Amino acid sequence: MVFQLQRQVRPLVEIDQLQMHYPLGGVWGSKQSLKAVDGISLHIRQGETLGLVGESGCGKSTAGQLAARLLEPTGGRIFYKGEDLLRLRSDRDKQLRKQIQYVFQDPYTSMNPKHTIAGLLEEPLRIHRIGTRSERKAHVRDMLEQIGLNESYAPRYIHELSGGQRQRIGIARALMLQPEFLVLDEPVSALDVSVQSQILNLLKDLQQRFSLTYLFISHDLNVVHYMSDRVAVMYLGKIVELADVLDLYESPLHPYTKALISAIPAEQRGQSRGRIKLQGEIPSASNTPSGCSFHTRCPFVMERCRQEEPTLKLIRPGRRVSCHLQE
Amino acid sequence: MKRKAKTTLWIGIVLVAILLSMMIISFIYIPHDVNEMNIQGRLQSPGGGHWFGTDNFGRDIFSRVMEASRTAFAVGFVSVAIGLTGGFIIGASAGYIGRWADEVLMRMVDALLAFPGILLALILVTVFEPSLFQTMIAIGILSIPNFARVIRSGFLQFKQAEFVRAARGLGAGHGTLIFRHIVPHVISPVIVAASLSFSTAILIEAALSYLGLGVQPPDPSWGRMLNESQSYISKAPWFALAPGIFITLTVLGFNLLGDGIRDLRDRRA
Repeated sequence: MVFQLQRQVRPLVEIDQLQMHYPLGGVWGSKQSLKAVDGISLHIRQGETLGLVGESGCGKSTAGQLAARLLEPTGGRIFYKGEDLLRLRSDRDKQLRKQIQYVFQDPYTSMNPKHTIAGLLEEPLRIHRIGTRSERKAHVRDMLEQIGLNESYAPRYIHELSGGQRQRIGIARALMLQPEFLVLDEPVSALDVSVQSQILNLLKDLQQRFSLTYLFISHDLNVVHYMSDRVAVMYLGKIVELADVLDLYESPLHPYTKALISAIPAEQRGQSRGRIKLQGEIPSASNTPSGCSFHTRCPFVMERCRQEEPTLKLIRPGRRVSCHLQE
Repeated sequence: MKRKAKTTLWIGIVLVAILLSMMIISFIYIPHDVNEMNIQGRLQSPGGGHWFGTDNFGRDIFSRVMEASRTAFAVGFVSVAIGLTGGFIIGASAGYIGRWADEVLMRMVDALLAFPGILLALILVTVFEPSLFQTMIAIGILSIPNFARVIRSGFLQFKQAEFVRAARGLGAGHGTLIFRHIVPHVISPVIVAASLSFSTAILIEAALSYLGLGVQPPDPSWGRMLNESQSYISKAPWFALAPGIFITLTVLGFNLLGDGIRDLRDRRA
């Protein structure tokens, strides 16, 4: 492992060259594939929030689902406290699934509409055979209080709740098994702005209370700025820049990050900076450009970028970028 | 639109309720002994103690129709139960496992479906001894493809649902995923299919019995009554009319019931 060790302790989660390639049709098994996640490596330290940003279709959700074991990767490894998650015996696998939980973007589709709130919250406990019936009920009541609702919600159904309440239930459900690591996949992007801040504050609060580690996925740079300790920027299945949050927003290095940051309205950045507008659309993940995958849209493109693929290089401690300009 | 669907449903419910109560009452009370012959009173027209008249042996037609409703309902229930069980096993496996299992099972279903129904039933019934029991089994097997397809498509749809993936991510086993998450969503289309299958079963039973290959004497059957009435159609048209009307009403009742439930469900979805 080539990570710069900033602390002596091993990170909680280490992701190494993780890949998710979907084969594309072809009777004779053609070589073409859709590279949703194409070799990403990163680590997440105990207690921190790592933000993962990128535009739609860049593979950030897929990366989150791989980390939470909702999908099986086609390549690479995931270590959790040093254990290789993809090579576990099934009983150990079930134990570790308890510690890693996933919060879906849309709580309405991710929870069975035919179950009551109590049933939904109890389900993780039932699956893992934890507690007696009455203990589980008590745990459900307790959890509803923890996330700012109360017992009266237990017999209701998910469609009876507002968007913010639904997401509270989604978070509560993820917390039922007392996990250590939560993957939050765009947890607030379906919500109104006023409700967003309530949920974000709840998440920060819960992180303190239960000493949680977050992988926070979002396309909203303001939200990521508010939530994260460090940020990874993804483009077309790869990580292009990785930095501490303040560092990244102050001095983005990768042209793509620069473009993203410059798109935040000036008042919010406190200073005005030239807007970098990106031309064109994000290329298809099934037909990625040669060389640097960003070269088709990069304002600073050089001949080398079309030929040679840059690697995610360490610029200084805690700062990685994948660009030929930074050499 | 809404009113129309409701009307359909209510007519269906009322028809089915009337026929069902007639079937239940037949266990307690039947106006005349179904096998009591009366040569002097043969082929009487309706009226005078015989609501639907008498047949060629002077037996009360209404009593016979009433008793035959038991056979019709028994065939309906048992064959739907067989079709549902077989259809669930095939459809759920095909939809849940997918890939090769789906291909193999659904091609088998297609093969079964490619046979004309009545022909298959005729083969099954003639290979074995024709009887009430054989008829039920033959019709049950015939209705498997219909259930298998409905259940498979429900499984295909909900296997990919996010809440199912979420439960799987929590570590839920196949039993939990199938019976707690997918099955509750598949029940309502299955009820519709069951209702429509029920009426088809009754119709096929009548057809087989009319051909003399279904229910055998002494078990009464609407289909066989139609057959017996054939020779007297011009002299005593009511003889054929009574079982005919009951077959029609039963089939209509269950079809309307099924359609009504489906319309109601579609609107809600």
